[in-house]
Amino acid sequence: MTPFHHTLLRMTVLCVAFVSGFCIMTIELLGGRILSPYFGSSVYVWGSIITVFMLSLSFGYLAGGRLSMRKPNPVTYALFFVSAAVLILPLVLFAEAIMEQVFLVIVDPRYGSLIASLMLFFIPTAILGMISPYSIRLLVRNEEHSGHIAGQLYFVSTMGSALGTLGTSFYFVLWFEVNFILWGVILTLIAAGTTVLAVYYLPQRTSTGVQQYES
Amino acid sequence: MKASQEYDRALRRAILLLAVLAVVLLIPLLFSVSVSAEVIHEERSLYRDITVVQNGPRRCLIFNIRIGDRNQTCVDVDDPEKLVFSYTRMSFAGLLVQPEPQHILVAGLGGGSIPMTLADLFPDAQMDIVEIDQAVYNVAKEYFFFTETDNMSVTVMDARVFVKRAGLQGKKYDYIVLDAFTGDYIPEHLLTREFLQEVQEILTPDGVLVANTFSTSRFYDHESVTYQSVFGELFNFKLPSSGNRIIITALQHLPERGELMIRARDFAERLKKYDIPILEYPARMSTAVDWDMSRRVLTDQFSPANLLRDNRL
Repeated sequence: MTPFHHTLLRMTVLCVAFVSGFCIMTIELLGGRILSPYFGSSVYVWGSIITVFMLSLSFGYLAGGRLSMRKPNPVTYALFFVSAAVLILPLVLFAEAIMEQVFLVIVDPRYGSLIASLMLFFIPTAILGMISPYSIRLLVRNEEHSGHIAGQLYFVSTMGSALGTLGTSFYFVLWFEVNFILWGVILTLIAAGTTVLAVYYLPQRTSTGVQQYES
Repeated sequence: MKASQEYDRALRRAILLLAVLAVVLLIPLLFSVSVSAEVIHEERSLYRDITVVQNGPRRCLIFNIRIGDRNQTCVDVDDPEKLVFSYTRMSFAGLLVQPEPQHILVAGLGGGSIPMTLADLFPDAQMDIVEIDQAVYNVAKEYFFFTETDNMSVTVMDARVFVKRAGLQGKKYDYIVLDAFTGDYIPEHLLTREFLQEVQEILTPDGVLVANTFSTSRFYDHESVTYQSVFGELFNFKLPSSGNRIIITALQHLPERGELMIRARDFAERLKKYDIPILEYPARMSTAVDWDMSRRVLTDQFSPANLLRDNRL
């Protein structure tokens, strides 16, 4: 792998980590919108949403770190993005039906919103959470720089989260419908996954000799 | 190596400077708590700061006093039956459409003046009141003469959740008052077409919906278009003296002005003690469209009400 290819892959990982941070917070913010028709917009609804996002991210970190032990490769990494995108689909297509069932079964809106949040957000957010530790594994070349790399990764992904929050709450909800924004998130994640694959594969095909990703 | 040490030192200094700045900026805040001799009660609820202020005989409930919010509701302690606010009085124009309510729903308690007056006028009517903030309920009872009658039931809950559940339970109301908006924040899920359809579902065929809303900003158009999309015809009730407007609508055809006038005459005497000038109302209740019909309907998918309120956007 040429040094140029390496730099390109590194930059791509940082960029898509930014994108994942952005998308996580966009979904979290829309969560309040999605739940409010059934459970209100009280403080406990936000409590449920934030709890579920924190929970799913924490399990995602754990799983992502664990997966990074076994032959870390950009293909698995790209799959995180694509599968997260696919798992957001139920949120667009079946959110109403799911919330209606929860509303019918659980009377207390606190637990209703908690269960609904778990059902709607847990899986896609956990998958998105796997991206951060896996990114670090892909970027780290040696022990000495690992903290530096982790810092950079947190920087871009949290910066993405900040901008995702701002963009969604200030502008996107003013311009678009909730589901339209979610479709945007889905397409963005697919594009991010595809970009990772493209960056990984394209130069290999054009250059000669055996190319192995040896990280 | 030298350069990176230099860089680290600069970073540390910057962080220290920021911390000092933050502390310095926070100190004046601690002392700026606006203390007024007239404040008789202060409490912080889950949703807001609640302040009860007394000025002579007038006692008012204020939300978020520090950001300069205006009075939510006021009462004259010497004459608690009198309705102090013009919009509160205006909400009783709903009686011109449904003169004999039996099942009443009030969303948003405030100081409790609307439910108290309705209970006084119609002691036999069943009334459900839904209020999101337990603290508002407590303050209404303690400082605003709100007393629950046997026919009244107060639920501390989000109005959207209450209405949805009422619909499931097949409850019906013939008089619904939506008064859930505070001056500074609109609950966006209470303005959407879907919510109004849920309200429509719990209205009896002869029922009336009275909503206290805003009369200014670009938001006015969106709100009007949304009500219109669900109910078709509506009375747009504004008084020059008030920044509020009241939307009055029903499932049936709205009465003609002549009929409103006849009912107003019937009510005039009974409403006098609350200071409600009902005779002046029919002339101000208009079914004319004075909003921009091309505005987008607010839905659960699209309801940036608080952003739309800002005219600059």
